[in-house]
Amino acid sequence: MSDRKDIELIAELVPNGSRVLDLGCGDGELLALLQRERGCGGYGIEIDDANVLACHQRGVNVIQLNLEEGLALFEDQSFDVVLQLDTLQHLKNTERMLRETARVGRVGIVSFPNFAHWPNRLHVAAGRMPVTRVLPYQWYDTPNIRVGTYADFEVLAKKDGLAILDAFGIQAGKAIRTWPNLLASVAVFKFQRV
Amino acid sequence: MPSLGDVLPQSMHFAEPLALASGAVLRDYTLAYETYGSLNAARSNAVLVCHALNASHHVAGTYAGKEKSEGWWDNLIGPGKPLDTDRFFVIGVNNPGSCFGSTGPTSPNPDPGANGRTYGSDFPVVTVEDWVDAQARLVDALGIAKLAAVIGGSLGGMQALDWSLRYPDRLRQCIAIATAPNLSAQNIAFNEVARRAIVTDPEFFDGHYADHGAIPRRGLRVARMIGHITYLSDDAMEAKFGRDLQKAAFGYSTQEIEFQIEAYLRHQGDKFSEYFDANTYLLITRALDYFDPAREHGGDLTATFAKARCKFELVSFTTDWRFAPARSREIVKALVDNKLDVSYAEIAAPHGHDAFLLDDPRYHGVLRACFANLWREISVEEAGPPPGHPKAGRAPSGGSAAAPAASVGAPS
Repeated sequence: MSDRKDIELIAELVPNGSRVLDLGCGDGELLALLQRERGCGGYGIEIDDANVLACHQRGVNVIQLNLEEGLALFEDQSFDVVLQLDTLQHLKNTERMLRETARVGRVGIVSFPNFAHWPNRLHVAAGRMPVTRVLPYQWYDTPNIRVGTYADFEVLAKKDGLAILDAFGIQAGKAIRTWPNLLASVAVFKFQRV
Repeated sequence: MPSLGDVLPQSMHFAEPLALASGAVLRDYTLAYETYGSLNAARSNAVLVCHALNASHHVAGTYAGKEKSEGWWDNLIGPGKPLDTDRFFVIGVNNPGSCFGSTGPTSPNPDPGANGRTYGSDFPVVTVEDWVDAQARLVDALGIAKLAAVIGGSLGGMQALDWSLRYPDRLRQCIAIATAPNLSAQNIAFNEVARRAIVTDPEFFDGHYADHGAIPRRGLRVARMIGHITYLSDDAMEAKFGRDLQKAAFGYSTQEIEFQIEAYLRHQGDKFSEYFDANTYLLITRALDYFDPAREHGGDLTATFAKARCKFELVSFTTDWRFAPARSREIVKALVDNKLDVSYAEIAAPHGHDAFLLDDPRYHGVLRACFANLWREISVEEAGPPPGHPKAGRAPSGGSAAAPAASVGAPS
């Protein structure tokens, strides 16, 4: 997911000059890109020491926090965009974090591995859990404690009162808008509170 | 890592009275300070280092011919170190009220009624705000309009924070480590126990022990012992001492040292009572208690930091229970609410509050990156905007900040 092309596709969803909160910002690559090319400001949230250091080295604001503890640090609707890229599937409190994302940001953008991508379906049909480029782990050592599909997210968004503003899949660095649940390994949703 | 080598303490006298928060006035005073590295032409590379309870202006380097005389933050500051003296002009200053060369309780009291005796407990109560004002005058006198950074840990971090509020346009970056927006009741309680230990020592003589040729050593020892307990984490103490005994077996004595931890605390207490002034201990712990910049904003820290302009770097340590990470997060929240630039690292170090003086690579890595960014920013400004690339959109950049810095330089 940290592929250059994927990041650029997602950056395009962020309006110029936005105040951005990037939850699970990794080494700060996307934030640096948004700062440099789209005049955005804001903060990354990261738990990992090495990533926190990398963000410092890139010169992006980073706040070291455990997302499982929630976003009490941030006021309602205090960011134009809250990003949660490739992070949702690592969290125990997935649904709560989604609601928090929509509370803190006027717009939320999430991305996660789409478990319904057709090669994954073949793996499961053959009786095995999928091991792919986007889901490179074995079932017993995966950090992805939540596996969901593009279609599953649509259901959850509806349940939590989120209006989907834009949605597509990403496959091999390209946006997939036809049958994304089948044809894309990564799902991307842009949403706001109804 | 090479050290700075030998350094020399300096002092500067200020004839202009310093009005204190208490309403008292320090008629004139001297500040002891040290500087390392050199001030650049634009006078934009100065970093002020604020000390905590028992430290001084001797921040880095050694004193010639004196063994074990490394400054208290020598692991952070020096050539090639995270705060690189090949790039930055570093200023360490001893606060008024302290006992290491700046005017304090051990200085002669200029009041005619004092007949040339030392201030003792007549030295006025000083606050973090008073210290910051005194530091600002030293910075003026050194010809520096805007500091690149103010850095401090613990009580030093409070001073760094206060700089961002009191002189918001005079620093680019505030670096506040293992600190808090105010002390908790528990923290004040520890300070009070320490103060009572000193004040109830029969050798205290109402703070005029110098006139009696006495020193309240017992009180100082106990004060330091309780301090040391709070600077270490439970785990660190367990790892370092556990239940280890001095001798092979119990001595069945209530007075003798039985456990290693007792020997450690007594040793720290003894050492401290030999070099630290009791009145200074009272003053500095009081300054800690009083610090509460949100007080005048009804406790609203967000409203407090509305006037801040600089960038912030905050660091806390997970096992620090005296200045716990939650307290740093309160500050981070106030800064985020005000849309200020802030980064915050929460280092999982085992050492407790003391960690801010140690050289955990994650902690020093973050500070190294922070100073590298600051250096880049200063260098870009010094070079001026690249031709054909005016930075119209970004207000405080370009050469504008460097110009006034260079034009100021008249010592007060």
